[in-house]
Amino acid sequence: MALMNLITTINHTLDRAMDQDDRVVVFGEDVGVEGGVFRATVGLQEKYGDKRCFDTPLAESAIVGTAVGMALNGLRPVAEIQFSGFVYPAFNQIISHVARMRNRTRGQRYLPMVIRMPHGGGIKALEHHSESLDTFLGHIPGLKVVTPSTPYDAKGLLLAAIQDDDPVIFLEPSKIYRAFRQEVPEEDYTIPLGKAKVVKSGSDLTVVSWGAYVHEVLKAAQILQDEGIDAEVIDLRTISPIDRETILESVKKTGRFAVVHEAAKSFGPGAELIALVNEGAFLYLEAPPTRMAGFDITIPLPREEHHYFLDASRIAAGLRRVAQF
Amino acid sequence: MIHERIELIRDYGAPGGPMLQIMDEHGAVRRPELVPSLAEEKWLELYKAMVLTRAADDKALQLQRQGRMLTYAPNTGQEAAQVGPAAAMEKNDWLVPAFRELGAWLYRGIPLKTVYLYWYGNEYGSHFPEGVRVLPIAVPIGTQLHHAVGIAMASSIKGEKDVTVAYIGDGGTSTGDFNEALNFAGVFNAPVVFIVQNNQYAISVPRKKQTKAESLAQKAVAAGIPGIVVDGNDLMAMYAATKEAVERARRGEGPTLIEAYTYRLGAHTTSDDPTKYREDSEVEQWKLRDPLRRMKAYLIDQGLWSDEQDAGLYEQYGAYALEVFRQVEAEGEPKVADLFQYTYKEMPAHLREQYEEYVRYLEGKVE
Repeated sequence: MALMNLITTINHTLDRAMDQDDRVVVFGEDVGVEGGVFRATVGLQEKYGDKRCFDTPLAESAIVGTAVGMALNGLRPVAEIQFSGFVYPAFNQIISHVARMRNRTRGQRYLPMVIRMPHGGGIKALEHHSESLDTFLGHIPGLKVVTPSTPYDAKGLLLAAIQDDDPVIFLEPSKIYRAFRQEVPEEDYTIPLGKAKVVKSGSDLTVVSWGAYVHEVLKAAQILQDEGIDAEVIDLRTISPIDRETILESVKKTGRFAVVHEAAKSFGPGAELIALVNEGAFLYLEAPPTRMAGFDITIPLPREEHHYFLDASRIAAGLRRVAQF
Repeated sequence: MIHERIELIRDYGAPGGPMLQIMDEHGAVRRPELVPSLAEEKWLELYKAMVLTRAADDKALQLQRQGRMLTYAPNTGQEAAQVGPAAAMEKNDWLVPAFRELGAWLYRGIPLKTVYLYWYGNEYGSHFPEGVRVLPIAVPIGTQLHHAVGIAMASSIKGEKDVTVAYIGDGGTSTGDFNEALNFAGVFNAPVVFIVQNNQYAISVPRKKQTKAESLAQKAVAAGIPGIVVDGNDLMAMYAATKEAVERARRGEGPTLIEAYTYRLGAHTTSDDPTKYREDSEVEQWKLRDPLRRMKAYLIDQGLWSDEQDAGLYEQYGAYALEVFRQVEAEGEPKVADLFQYTYKEMPAHLREQYEEYVRYLEGKVE
């Protein structure tokens, strides 16, 4: 066991994956010599050589598209997009090919590849560095979309993603890259994709969140706990496909449901989660299912970004309304 | 070097003017020293591959006009630019198509039935026999070149000697992906050969409106890789240029861009009417440069072939193509399960639920 933060865990996990399997290659902008702008790939080129960890020219469509080709020819590429806000030029590849190759070829050709990217806001960065792409990515059939909220989960989920025979988008909440450290086992383990986790059990209402927001939701749950409201908090961990079972089981127990996410509210994953709660647990509900999400605006620049991002006290206020309905 | 005044770079020494041609439009060999050293029967075999392509293409068009085939993208006039490169590849080399390379697909081992299945609207048209290293058609223009570069990079990373040959059209050279892919290929010295079938039109837009560049081959210059313009209707030249590029790549000398200068004698697809955007006289001019016509003249001149044999061959291939298409029609509907089961390796719960609910509906068990 070693104490690690999220970014050192990502680095450690990529190292483990490359050590285990020669087919794993890691690349992207500034990934090789510099070791990534967030240092996710530090030391990998030194250890595994520049054929397995390398810098690419600055072209996201090509980064993702060449990963497709590598996966088709027997490698297991792990491509880095420097910030999720820069992935848009690669959307053609992601939507038109990454997500479709298995279906297009009726299972003959498939893409064991991972696209990693720092994701979400709250780091006071320039424009385009704080995007939440859950909605866009979650909507595409054929992709798995995963986001960890802790170093421990990050290792298990990233190893599972690299070993998966379907393409996985791995969203790393940059706000918590260095927020806290946690014991992470040296030995390898995987956490199944598509499985949510109950991170705090409770009986009064169910709250689903993921990524950096899980920690704000846990703080909000603590505020409510002190008021005598016992919230159950679920970390979704995989945005697509959604673990409906865990959510519905919880809602059937608590009778109340809220979802909290960074991405803009309209058409967002909150809408999907509420729909599945309505479809699967309607008769158990004692309050309208509720979503707390980003405003339907462009994410503000750092001076005003605090208005956009939800903190524990705003989340607590929203959850209180659900609990007291 | 520092200029003493503002000196605009205009001459890149780009391959823009001269075009590689070995056999002229009448089938006469003009550059005997450049004729690839293939057995004469091999030229006959490649010619037959072009005739098969033409016959299968014509049949597909007829069937489309009868309402039996869906939208189809014809190849007529471009057979040499497809069969020549395909024949210059080794068995384990990869082919990455755009969407108009029938001659190359058939030569690389995709059954005609599979091709027809594709244009018939069936996903099994992208499911190829084991060991056939050809990717499915890529409809979004230019996107496939990245896959080619990635496949080629993977060959290098694994220490394998396979080369990847990728196709794109003249319109595709205007995309960002084309330029990104050439750039990546250069930086990583990827063993890949890009073939631009410059058939002069991207649907209705003529080549001159795609770029002010003198040639498409010169687009290689900015990526630091070699390019060449080749008479795309000259089977010998297309074979020779591709062979050279493929072997360069195999020796670790990096990528090449080949502009196959050709012409689409038919429509872009069965959905457009080319008389709206080009003159009949232009088409008539290009018919004189038909790649089959000149290769036939060469073979007859060499005593390897005759007009009678030729007429019989086209008829025979046409009948074969019709028979193959009848098999496609007789296939019946694909399984409904196929719609769902290849989205992921294992069907997730939500998809299984959608599938099962739909099956219950189809079986009349609506709840």
